[in-house]
Amino acid sequence: MNSVKNVLIVGVGGQGVLLASEILSSVAIQAGLDAKKSEVHGMSQRGGVVSSHIRFGGKVHSPLIRQGAVDVLLAFEEAEALRWTHFLKDDGVVIVNKYQLVPPIVVTQKLHYPENPVADIQKNVSSVKSIDADGVARDIGNPRLVNTILLGVLSTALDIDTGVWKEVIQARVPKGTEEMNLTAFEQGRSLG
Amino acid sequence: MKEILSGNEAIARGCYEYGVHVATAYPGTPSTEILENVARYPEIYKEWCPNEKVAMEVAIGATFEGARSLVAMKHVGVNVAADPFMSVSLIGAPGGFIIVSADDPGMHSSQNEQDNRYYAKFAGYPCFEPADSQEAKDFVGKALEISTAYDVPVLMRMTTRVCHGKGVVSLSDRKEYDIKGFERDPKRFVVLPAHARALHVKASQRLERLKQASEDISINRLEKGSMNVGVITNGIAYQYVKEVLPDANILKLGMSYPLPMNKIRELASRVDKLFIVEELEPFIEEMIKAQGIACEGMKYWSNLGELTPDIVAEGFYNAGVLKEKVAYKEQKNVIPRPPIFCPGCPHRGLFYNLKKLNAVVTTDIGCYTLGALPPLAAGDTCVEMGASIGVGVGMAKARGTGKGIVATIGDSTFLHSGMTGLLNAVNDKSGITVVIADNRITAMTGGQFHPGTGETLSGAEGTEVDLKTICQALGVKHIREVDTYDLEETKEALKEEMEREELSVIITTRPCALFPPSIRKVVKQTPFTVDLDKCIGCKTCFKVSCPAIGVTEEKTEKGLNKSKIDPALCTGCSVCAQVCPVNAIVPLK
Repeated sequence: MNSVKNVLIVGVGGQGVLLASEILSSVAIQAGLDAKKSEVHGMSQRGGVVSSHIRFGGKVHSPLIRQGAVDVLLAFEEAEALRWTHFLKDDGVVIVNKYQLVPPIVVTQKLHYPENPVADIQKNVSSVKSIDADGVARDIGNPRLVNTILLGVLSTALDIDTGVWKEVIQARVPKGTEEMNLTAFEQGRSLG
Repeated sequence: MKEILSGNEAIARGCYEYGVHVATAYPGTPSTEILENVARYPEIYKEWCPNEKVAMEVAIGATFEGARSLVAMKHVGVNVAADPFMSVSLIGAPGGFIIVSADDPGMHSSQNEQDNRYYAKFAGYPCFEPADSQEAKDFVGKALEISTAYDVPVLMRMTTRVCHGKGVVSLSDRKEYDIKGFERDPKRFVVLPAHARALHVKASQRLERLKQASEDISINRLEKGSMNVGVITNGIAYQYVKEVLPDANILKLGMSYPLPMNKIRELASRVDKLFIVEELEPFIEEMIKAQGIACEGMKYWSNLGELTPDIVAEGFYNAGVLKEKVAYKEQKNVIPRPPIFCPGCPHRGLFYNLKKLNAVVTTDIGCYTLGALPPLAAGDTCVEMGASIGVGVGMAKARGTGKGIVATIGDSTFLHSGMTGLLNAVNDKSGITVVIADNRITAMTGGQFHPGTGETLSGAEGTEVDLKTICQALGVKHIREVDTYDLEETKEALKEEMEREELSVIITTRPCALFPPSIRKVVKQTPFTVDLDKCIGCKTCFKVSCPAIGVTEEKTEKGLNKSKIDPALCTGCSVCAQVCPVNAIVPLK
């Protein structure tokens, strides 16, 4: 693979965006590719906006993705997906968790959380996958599986061997939850 | 072996591989993870110091003893440590010494975006600027080579994107170096004026030799390209240039001070146009222009904020080098999402009441700075670490009374540089109120230990210093403690102390909810829930600005959405329940 794939994972501080991007970059390296990722720690932890750029392929220079160059945008929250769609390629894919988190400031300052963020995105993007990861996680029996489900969906949009994904996920998740996470990953793949 | 590491993890790995003996720091974004990761290596002695000045001095002492030492801090930390930073220039670094300055272009988590390469020039130190994680690790070795060979501290200037960006790094084993031991030499180590004058001459000669080193060092390398354009660049900017203009002739500066002027002249003579692409100030550009070499930098790029590949491309478009204009797309329908206090944060009850009491709040640096943001909106000034008390005293002196002025300062910030301000307030009989928001940890940067935590990075038992005793020793007469989970108690205490003519200190006692220190066990409390039959949709609970509180689809008769609480996030602090006018927030059964 000589070209570079650009994945942008976004969400709200505390949702696990950084862990998800950590797993993706490890998967890329395990698959023998060069990879870089960039994000900012600090203020973003406290319920703020979080974004992580992941780039992998032949030789990666910039850890930041250029606007209009994102192949896949994975959003853990709907309004956050909307915040970043301008980074997408014309034929870019959006995977968005069916989940809305209204910040207190929207209520106290009488602002408006977008009526239907997914519909807004669909106006400009042809490939949008809205995933009810919370629902799937509940069905499997653990709300903490949301990330792995979304990574499963993401894996269907990227050309990396599933075996590598599974290896990395098994190594990264808490001991004793490996089986559950692999089920979540497979469930995610079936939705992709 | 290869691993994906952040720039900070790579610096820590470099410390391990290149035989660093002593590493110190005061936490500060984006530098914090350096020491956190040094902690993985038992071969290295490490400590969180109360502030950057102390951290710098400890590392200086270690290099005087002949040990390889490193100190890490954020860019503004170098201001705190500027005195030892400048003074040790004349003495040198017998064992090898690296000062890591993690700059924050774009101010992701800082009060300014000063460019600390000027500090390297100020003190006459070599400035190293890694452009990715592999270089961050390798440069630790190179910097120590230069440091020991030229008897000079090296400034390793990182930036947020290099610190927190991750890339593939090849790992090696540790190489051990002997600690040579301190060699007594007062003419060198005691910087009395008579000694310092002679040392200054030597330091000046050292800088001349470093100029040659900059010509010879492999990390200042020319990458030839097919274009007739030359680009001189450094750090993360190099990666962006490689991305948008890969065919240019690129002089990549791993060592950006002193500059390799011969290499630069050579490049200038080979190309039609020469550009300087650097983040923040025209540090390199000005030095090159001062030599009469034609080049452009700030004409096409700005000294404000951080660069991105798009901004670099835009500059080259404006300069006529790139033909394609950067097509920015518009962001639509975006809501603000500022960072807020965590669920169960002990600062919530404090700032909620300060706002209610309309206090003039001189605040400080830490999580609690977020108390200045709406809806809590209690925070009128914030300058730098430790400023709250001094600024409050100054305002009080100028207005003739300290009544109503409250200086808020965290425990870690108080120990960092608030104690001297309080001593001054006692001595000058200021009448302000000081609130030490004591959560027993350095929380904003991710829960690092300080002398009040009772734990240390090296694993040795800490001191668990008592702030009340410190305040008493400094001469404060009126000291009281409050539990900020109790809004009424907190309000009463603040009200009384704000009306008092004399100086008083209030210490809040709840530990951090996110990083509870082990010495103060946090008992998991029952989460709260909203009784939807009682909720009138007034949204008063939103005024405490808690991430656990949200809106439901269910509406009141007046059409107002009712509130809900996420039981997974709620810590049961009860602050929202205390502000609900209809007692609709109750413990979850």
